[in-house]
Amino acid sequence: MDDMRLVERDVNQLHSKIEAKGVQVYYGEKQALKDVDVSILDRTVTAFIGPSGCGKSTFLRCLNRMNDTVASARVMGSIQIDGEDIYDARVDPVQLRAKVGMVFQKPNPFPKSIYDNVAYGPKIHGLATGKAELDAIVESSLRKAALWNEVKDRLDASGTGLSGGQQQRLCIARAVATSPEVLLMDEPCSALDPIATAQVEELIDELRSQFSVVIVTHSMQQAARVSQKTAFFHLGSLVEYGETGQIFTSPKDPRTEAYITGRIG
Amino acid sequence: MSVFLLLAIVAILSVAGFVLCRQRALKQAGGTARNLHSLPNYYGWFGFIMASVPAVLVLAVWMIGQPLFIERQLSGFFPAEMIEDDAARTLLFADVRRVASGLDVAVAQGALTEDEANNIRTEFGSVRDRLATVGVALGSEVTPPVLQAAQDYREMSRVGAVGRTILTFVLSIGGLILAIRATNPEFRARNRVEQVVLALLILSSTIAILTTVGIVLSMLTESLRFFTMYPAADFFFSLTWSPNFRGNSELGLLPLLWGTLYISFVSMLVAVPIGLFSAIYLAEYASNRVRSIVKPLIEVIAGIPTVVFGLFALVTVGPFLRDYFAQPLGLGNSGSSVMTAGIVIGILNIPFISSLADDIINAVPQSMRDGSLGLGATKSETIRKVVLPAALPGIMGAVLMAASRAIGETMIVTMGAGAAARLDLNPFQAMTTITVKIVSQLTGDTEFNSPETLVAFALGMSLFVITLALNILALIIVRKYREQYE
Ligand SMILES: Nc1ncnc2c1ncn2[C@@H]1O[C@H](COP(=O)(O)OP(=O)(O)OP(=O)(O)O)[C@@H](O)[C@H]1O
Ligand SMILES: [Mg+2]
Repeated sequence: MDDMRLVERDVNQLHSKIEAKGVQVYYGEKQALKDVDVSILDRTVTAFIGPSGCGKSTFLRCLNRMNDTVASARVMGSIQIDGEDIYDARVDPVQLRAKVGMVFQKPNPFPKSIYDNVAYGPKIHGLATGKAELDAIVESSLRKAALWNEVKDRLDASGTGLSGGQQQRLCIARAVATSPEVLLMDEPCSALDPIATAQVEELIDELRSQFSVVIVTHSMQQAARVSQKTAFFHLGSLVEYGETGQIFTSPKDPRTEAYITGRIG
Repeated sequence: MSVFLLLAIVAILSVAGFVLCRQRALKQAGGTARNLHSLPNYYGWFGFIMASVPAVLVLAVWMIGQPLFIERQLSGFFPAEMIEDDAARTLLFADVRRVASGLDVAVAQGALTEDEANNIRTEFGSVRDRLATVGVALGSEVTPPVLQAAQDYREMSRVGAVGRTILTFVLSIGGLILAIRATNPEFRARNRVEQVVLALLILSSTIAILTTVGIVLSMLTESLRFFTMYPAADFFFSLTWSPNFRGNSELGLLPLLWGTLYISFVSMLVAVPIGLFSAIYLAEYASNRVRSIVKPLIEVIAGIPTVVFGLFALVTVGPFLRDYFAQPLGLGNSGSSVMTAGIVIGILNIPFISSLADDIINAVPQSMRDGSLGLGATKSETIRKVVLPAALPGIMGAVLMAASRAIGETMIVTMGAGAAARLDLNPFQAMTTITVKIVSQLTGDTEFNSPETLVAFALGMSLFVITLALNILALIIVRKYREQYE
C-alpha cells in the first residue's frame, strides 16, 4: 500500500449527515444486509468497499429508498438524514431522492437527447426559471462530469448513442444537475478510462465542498485517492468503518486486511 | 394412388433416410460421434430432407400444374365463342370439373361401372338424373361437349395421377440413395442441413410477399377494368354514391371514405385513451394479483365475435344514444349512427390496444424507471416523461394496427351505422363505410362485368392504399420520435 498517495484527512469537526442504525435488508427470505451501523459525515467522501455481492449497492439504495421499487425488498432498522428518519411514514420518498441523488452501477441514460437527459431533474424540480438558466445548468453539469467537450456539438443526439463510459458520465451529470445534498455513486468509474476517471475523481473532490458523497468502488486505489472515510463490507455485514488512511494502513479486522491485500474478494 | 397415400410413403422413406444415414455415418466413424464432422442427427436429417423435400416440392408443383394443363388441352373442344371471355370460361370449366367429379362419385358408389362412366352419352338419357341418384346435384342438364370434356378430364387426370406417383417415388428413393452415398465422416451434414433450413426460411418469407403482390395485382387489374367503364375522376371526386344495377350509377368514393374515416376516428377516440390508460394502470400500478385477474377479463372482449358486437350496437348502444343524446339534442332520431358504430368498434379495440401496450410498457427496462425515480421524479412523472416516450414506437404500432382494424371492420358498421352513404358532420346520422359497400355490391348478382360490381375492386384498392399510407405515416412518426433504449 506504500505506493498509494493518501490525501490529507480533515474529517475531525464535521457533523454527521446520515446516521444508520441496525439496518437489515431482506430480499424475500434472503438476508442481504445484517445490522449495519454507520454514520456518514457531512462534506466528506465515504467509500464503500468489499467483495462482489456483499451488499454495497443494497445499502446505498437504502439511503435514498430506491429499495422501495424492489417488490421483494424489506428494510429494517433506522436511517436518519439530518436527524430525520427517512423511513418515517411522513417522509415523501420523492423529495428524499431529490435531496439524495444517485448514480447507478449500470449506466441508464434515458432514451432522450443528451440535453434532455441532463435537464430532466432541473425541469422536474423547477430549478431553472428560463431557458438560459437551464442551458447554464446543463453546461456546468456536463463540465463537472468531464463530458462537455465531447458532446457540446451534439447536445441533441440521443444519450443512448454514447459510448458506455460517456453514458456513465452523462448519468453523473444528470445527478449533479439536480444539486443534491448527498450524492450516492455506485461504481461510477467502472467503465471509464484513466483520464475520465481522474476527471470524475476531481469532480468528487470538488463536490465535497458542498455535499457528502458516498462512492462504491472496487478499486482500492480509488478509495484511497478520493475518500476520507472507508467502510468495508463483507457477506452483508459492515466489518470495519474508519478513516481511509487507517483502514488501508492499519486495518483492525483480519478480514479487512485480507481483502485489501488481495487475499479475499 | 391417392395423394395421401403417396405422402405417407414419402414420409416412411424419409424416416428410413434419417435412420439409415445416421447409422451409416456412425458406423463409418467407428461408433464414436467425435470422429464425425457433424453430430449424428445432422446426417439423419440430411437423409430425411433428401428423401422428402424434392419429392414433396415436385408433387406440389404437379398438383397445381395438372389442372391448368388439362384445361388448356380441353379448351380445344369448345367453340371459340364459348370461352372467349374469362367469366364464361371459368364457369364452363367449373361445370366440367363438377361433372367429372360426379362421375367419380358415381363410380365409387357403384352406380356406374368404369366403362359406363367413360362411355355414357347424353343421347341415352339424362346424365343429370343419373348423377342425382348418387347425390351429385348439377345446376343444369349436361351438354354433350361438357360431358365429353369431363370424360377426357377424368382420363387425363388418371394418367396424370400415375405419372405423379411414379415421379414422386423416383425422386424420393433417388434422394434417399444419394444421401446414403454422400454420407461419410467428412461430409458436412450440418452445413447442408442449415442451408436447407435457410432456404425454407427464405421460401416462407417469399410466399408471404408474393401473396401480397398477387393480391395487389389482381385488385389492380380489376380496378383498371372498372376505370375503363367508369371515369376515374367521377369515382374519386363525385359526392354521391347511388349505385343502380340498371345503369346510370353514381359511384363516388368520397361519401364512403368520409364514413369510414369518421367512424374510425370515433372508434379511436374511444379505444386509444381507454386502452392506453388501462395498460398503464396494469403495467405500472396494479399489483400482481389485480393484474392476473383484470388482464384476462379485458382480453375476454377480444374473444367476442364481431357479430355479437353488432347486435350490441343494434339493440343497446344505438337506441340508448338515440334516446338520450340524439333526440334531446335535436340531432336526428336514427338508432344507426356514426357514434353507435364508432363507440362499439372502439370497445372492440380496447383489449387490443391495452394488451399490446401493456406488453410494450413492461418491456421498458426497470433501470429507466430507477434512473428517473432516483432523480426525485414521482411515479407519474416517470411514466409520462420516461416510460411512455420509450414505449412510444411500440404503442404507435399498436394504435395503428387498431386503426387498420377499425377501418376494415364491416359487421359492426352494417349493424350499427346502417348502409346509407352520406356526407354529413352530424355524428348521430346513419352513414356507411367502404367495406360495407364492397360487400353489398357483391351480394346477389356476381358477374364481374358491370361497373356496379367492379367498383368493389376499386373500393378495395382505395382501402388498401389508405391503410398503406397509414402504415407509412406511422413509420415516419416512429422514426422521428424513436427513443431507443438498450
Ligand atoms: N433485486 C434483488 N432481488 C434479490 N436479491 C438481490 C437483489 N439485489 C441484490 N440482491 C442480492 O443481495 C446481495 C447483495 O447485492 P448487492 O447488489 O448489494 O451487492 P454489491 O455489493 O453491490 O455487489 P457488486 O460489487 O457486484 O455490485 C447479493 O447476494 C444479491 O444477490
Ligand atoms: Mg453493486
